[in-house]
Formats: sequence, structure tokens, C-alpha cells
Amino acid sequence: MKGIPTSYLANRLVTLVLTVWIAATLIWLIPRLSPVDPADIMLGRMASGAGSVANADAILASFQARFGLDDPLWLQYLKYLKNIVVFDFGLSTASFPTEVSTLVARALPWTLGLMILSVVVTFVIGNLLGALMVWERSPKLVKVAIPAAMVFTSIPPILSGLLLMWVFAAKLRWLPLTGAYGINVEPGWNSAFVLSVLEHGILPATAIVVVTFGFWALGMRGLMITVQGEDYVQLAKAKGLKARYILYRYMIRNAILPQITAFALKIGLLIAGQVLVERIFAYNGMGKLLYDAILDQDFPVIQGVSFVIILITALSVFLVDLLYPLIDPRIRHEG
Amino acid sequence: MNEPIISRPESGTDEAVRDALPTTGAPAPGRTASGESTPGAGAPGTLSGTVAVGAVHPAGAGAGDGVPSRADARAARRHARRMRRFDNPWLDPKLLWGVGILLAIIAVGLVGRYAWDTEMVYTGSAPLKLPPVGFENLRKQPGVGEHPLGTDGAVRDMLSLIIVGAPNTLFVGLVASTIGMTVGILLGFSAGFIGGRVDDVIRVFSDVMITIPPLLILVVVQASFGDVSLTLMALLIAGFVWQSPTRLIRAQVLSMRESGYVQMARLSGASTFDIMFREMMPNLVPYLFGSFIASVTTSIVTAVGLEVLGLGPQRIPTLGRTIYEAINSGALIQNLWWWWGIPTLLLGIMFIALLLINLGLDEVSNPRLRKA
Repeated sequence: MKGIPTSYLANRLVTLVLTVWIAATLIWLIPRLSPVDPADIMLGRMASGAGSVANADAILASFQARFGLDDPLWLQYLKYLKNIVVFDFGLSTASFPTEVSTLVARALPWTLGLMILSVVVTFVIGNLLGALMVWERSPKLVKVAIPAAMVFTSIPPILSGLLLMWVFAAKLRWLPLTGAYGINVEPGWNSAFVLSVLEHGILPATAIVVVTFGFWALGMRGLMITVQGEDYVQLAKAKGLKARYILYRYMIRNAILPQITAFALKIGLLIAGQVLVERIFAYNGMGKLLYDAILDQDFPVIQGVSFVIILITALSVFLVDLLYPLIDPRIRHEG
Repeated sequence: MNEPIISRPESGTDEAVRDALPTTGAPAPGRTASGESTPGAGAPGTLSGTVAVGAVHPAGAGAGDGVPSRADARAARRHARRMRRFDNPWLDPKLLWGVGILLAIIAVGLVGRYAWDTEMVYTGSAPLKLPPVGFENLRKQPGVGEHPLGTDGAVRDMLSLIIVGAPNTLFVGLVASTIGMTVGILLGFSAGFIGGRVDDVIRVFSDVMITIPPLLILVVVQASFGDVSLTLMALLIAGFVWQSPTRLIRAQVLSMRESGYVQMARLSGASTFDIMFREMMPNLVPYLFGSFIASVTTSIVTAVGLEVLGLGPQRIPTLGRTIYEAINSGALIQNLWWWWGIPTLLLGIMFIALLLINLGLDEVSNPRLRKA
């Protein structure tokens, strides 16, 4: 990208790589510190299915070889690092011969779709409302209604999700309770399926938007108060520019910059919140996959899902960092 | 009228104000509160003067010095105290409401243990799925006085669940953020003060760790280790809430390091420790509180998140675990709204209280946000 100093780029890139590497190492290390052995769990599952397991020792040994648990730790670690670079997390133990990457690839589009939709809507609505709270020309109603609505901002989306589910799905039956699409539609590019997906997406997306827009509105309010008193705003007014033009081009344009930095810091929590929303709505995304994996003690899937979500977070932060100099030209000269 | 408030160095326990006064003159108290000297930011000088004094001495009732007559001094002092009582930024209504609600939840937990039979949190200790008093469940059973908030599908009394569970949830948040805060203060000060390599390492590490969502690492931890105790969960969460305080304090320390009163203290031979904790710390108080409350919120959200995923302590009642059990038993479809609704409502109230505290603290440290 033109105009971004290389030192800034290098700095951000190092942070990205470090983040992903530390996360990957933690995910690898933690289960190995635990006394619980995944192979035992799998044998336990077989035993509970069949009553008893013949040749348990032989099976254990073959597992050890299959999952490379015979190798010295450092070799396992290096192999692991090599594998995750190509998104190979091994095989799921609960649905055995399926690769974890297949499961993740199936769930990922749902999560990304919901995430991009809710994050963009939230960011736009939140910042606009925050700006309107300060703007002297906004209607009275805005100044009264928004602070009242902001009471919900501190609530995590699972709680709002539960409430919405109860009111609109269980009580009023306007919208479906769970899932990402109806059981009677054929997945594909047909109108019935798309409609069903949209219908199922409304509640989870609303649950996230309702409780997160206030964070941006609050931050924006504080920033707008600062910008409001600036000389260039006064000058713009004195020049007789249109109030709306001043609001968008002079005030919001300047006030929004720290919000973008805040966005980079907040995105991890947003994604974590969304994982939980997916879990309660049984939405076909990463959240449900993770929850099912926890129930089944399916370690490869838990690791894979955690890693991919952390990777998405780190990449989003990196992207925001890259976009920042394009939005704020001053940063290009800092170096 | 505002003369005695602006010019009076407070009771002497705090050297920051006093050190600043001789060097930078009258506006100095204005900048000790929030680092911005805004004596005339739309408010009369009294306001920003008291902000500074109030922020450094929440209960400051000082002795004026260098005033000619005794009676005059007393009258001036009384006046000043009366003005302060109303102007004291710590008496912010939002702050008070927030703290009040949290204390009420804690009080319910403490008093409830003695006033209510908390043995009923164990499975099978109460009738099945009774509604709260005044409602009817799907089997047309009315709520009964013995279980005013109803009973859940695991045959437990909801009121005892709340009494035991709500303080547990708060406990996790408070312990985790106290530890996180302590680590943050230490790292932030070291980074800002020592600088160089130490700063680089701390900065990069906190940048990296702030990106990783705590929930996902903790899911891996708890899935591998199985059941955890409440304290262990708090400790684990603490490992993910030190980053923001570290960054915040580092930034503040860096900007304060060059300010007049710190320079003055350094010139007068104060030790690094003294400068850190006796000069800078009091001025960081509103930020520290704000950051603390923010990490309490994050910790509780993370804890509830883990519990809703079925992790976390398995045998100790918490609000999150109650919600988990309710969802898993299909409480939404069975119209058992009190089972998931009461913990949800309580958590919501808890978060609103924390938000109010944070908004109040914002107004304490930034007078421009206050209503004139």
C-alpha cells in the first residue's frame, strides 16, 4: 500500500506474527500440562458405546503413534507449528475421520457473515448516534432517547440474545428460535434458503447490535465534545457552511479517529461475545462448533476453533492498523 | 468567593499539590485531576478547583493557612466546606447509584445467607418448576410463598440460587480485576518509568495479549483441566485483564513524567518509589478506578461466557451456570422464564451498575462531561 511507512508496517506485522505465535503456543502447551489424556477420553467413548473395549493397550499405543505423541516434545511442537501454518489441526476425535479444518471451514462463513454484518451496523449506528448526542441541531428526542437506550450497552450479547429469543421467538413466534436456516429448506442459492437464512439471522444480529452500539456512541460523545470546541469548527461555522456538512466533514471526520483505534482493541471481545450468541441460538457457526466440541471433549476441534478465531481477531486488528494511516494522513509522517 | 478554595493547599498529606503550587502557580490544582488545566471550561473556577482537590482528597477537610482573622477563617472554611459538599465530583449521582446497586447485590448475598435457607441450592431440595409468586406455570400451579422466586427444573429454589450465585459471580470479577489491576500498575509504571528495553518488551507483550480474546484461551484451559474452583477461575481470568491498565498507566506515566510537579519532586531528591506512588499515583486515581471497573465488567463477561459454554466451576452455583442449565433444559420453550430470566436480569442489573460507576468516574475525571 502506498503511503504507509515501512517501519510502521513492519512493526504491525511483527505484532501480528507474535500474537498468532503466542496464541498457537498457548493452545498447544495448555492441554499438555493437563493430566487429562485425550486418548483416554476417546477410549472412554468407545467403552460407553460398546460396553467394553478389547485390546485397549494396543489401541492406546496406536493412538499415540497416530497423533505423534511418541515423539519428543520439541519435535511435536515443531510439527504442530508446521501443521497450523497450513491449517491442519488433525482429525476430530468426536466425529473421527473428519478433519478439523473441514469442520471449521463449514462453520466459518456463518460466523464471518454474522460478524461483518453486526460489526459494521454497530459501528455506523453507534458513532452516528454518539455524534448526534453532541450536535446542537439534533432533535430533542435524540438527546433524551439515546442516553436511555445506552443503559443496555454494558450488557453482554448473550443476555440480550436470551431476552430477544424469549420475546420474539418463544412468545410471539415471529422469528425462528434457533439454527441458521430452516430444516425444510435446501441449502443453495435459491430464494427460500436465502430468506430462511435472513430470517434466522435477524435475532442473533440484533442481539449483538442492541448491546454494542452504545459503546461506540459513548466514546463518540466524549470525542465530539472535544472536537466541538475546536477553532476549525468555529471557523467553518463563521464561513457559513451548512451545519450538516460541518457535522460530517469537520466534526465526525476528526472525532472518529480514536474510535478506529478503539475498534482494534475491542474486536476480540466482540468476537468472543458473538461466539456465545451463536451458542445460545445454536447458530451453525464457530460458537456452536466450539460448544459441541467442549461437550464431546474433542480437543483438536477446540484447538482449531480457538486458533482460527484468534487468527481472525489478529488479522482484523492488523487490517485496522493498515487502514488507519489511510484515514489519518498525519500518521504517515510519524514513521 | 472562590478564593479560599483555589489558593488553599490541602491538608498537607499530599505533596503533589503543594509541590506543584510554588512552581506553576494557581492553576496547578486544576491539572492534577485529569492532566488538563481547564479552569474556565464553561464552569466557574470553583468547579475545576474543587475537582482537583476533591480528586486527590475525597474527604478533604483542610485547614486554611495564612488567613488573617480566626473568625474569618472559620467562616470561609465553613463556606468552602458547604460548597464542596455539593461540588464534590465524587458525589456524582451516577456513581452513587452504581455503587448502591452493587452494594445491594452484595447485601442480598450476605444477609440472605442468614435470612434464607440456602441449603435449597442443592438439587432435589424443592418442588419442581414452580413459578414465582403471583404467576402460574404451564401446569397451572401457582407460585408459593416458600419459594418466592420459583424453583427451577433441577428442583432448586431460585432465591437461594441468587443468594449464593450472585456474590460468586461478583467475586470472580472483583478478584480477577484486583489482580489484573495490580499487575497492570506494576508493569505500567515500570514501562513508563524505566523505559528502554523494559518498555519495549512490556509494550509489545501487552499489545499482543490485548488482541487475544481471553474466552478462547480459557476455553482451552478449562476443557483440558476439567472442573475448576471459583478462585482458580478468577486467577485464570486475571491473566487476561492486566493489559488495558498496563497500557493506560504507561501512557499516563509517560505524559506525567515531564510535568512540573514530578520534575520538582525529582529535583528535591524524592526516590523513584516516592515519585511513583506518592506523587503520581494520587493523580491517577480516577483513571485507575475507571480501568478497574472496566476490567470487572470484562472479567464477569468472560466468566459468564465460560459458564454458558458449560465450563467453569461445575458444582458451585453461579448466575452463568444457572443460565447454562436453563438453556440446556429448554427453559425457553417450556416457558420457564424465571429460570433463565432472573439470573439474566440480575446480571443485567449488575452490568448496568458497573456502567453507571464508569460513567460517573468519567464525569469525575473529565469536568466537561458534567452537566453545568
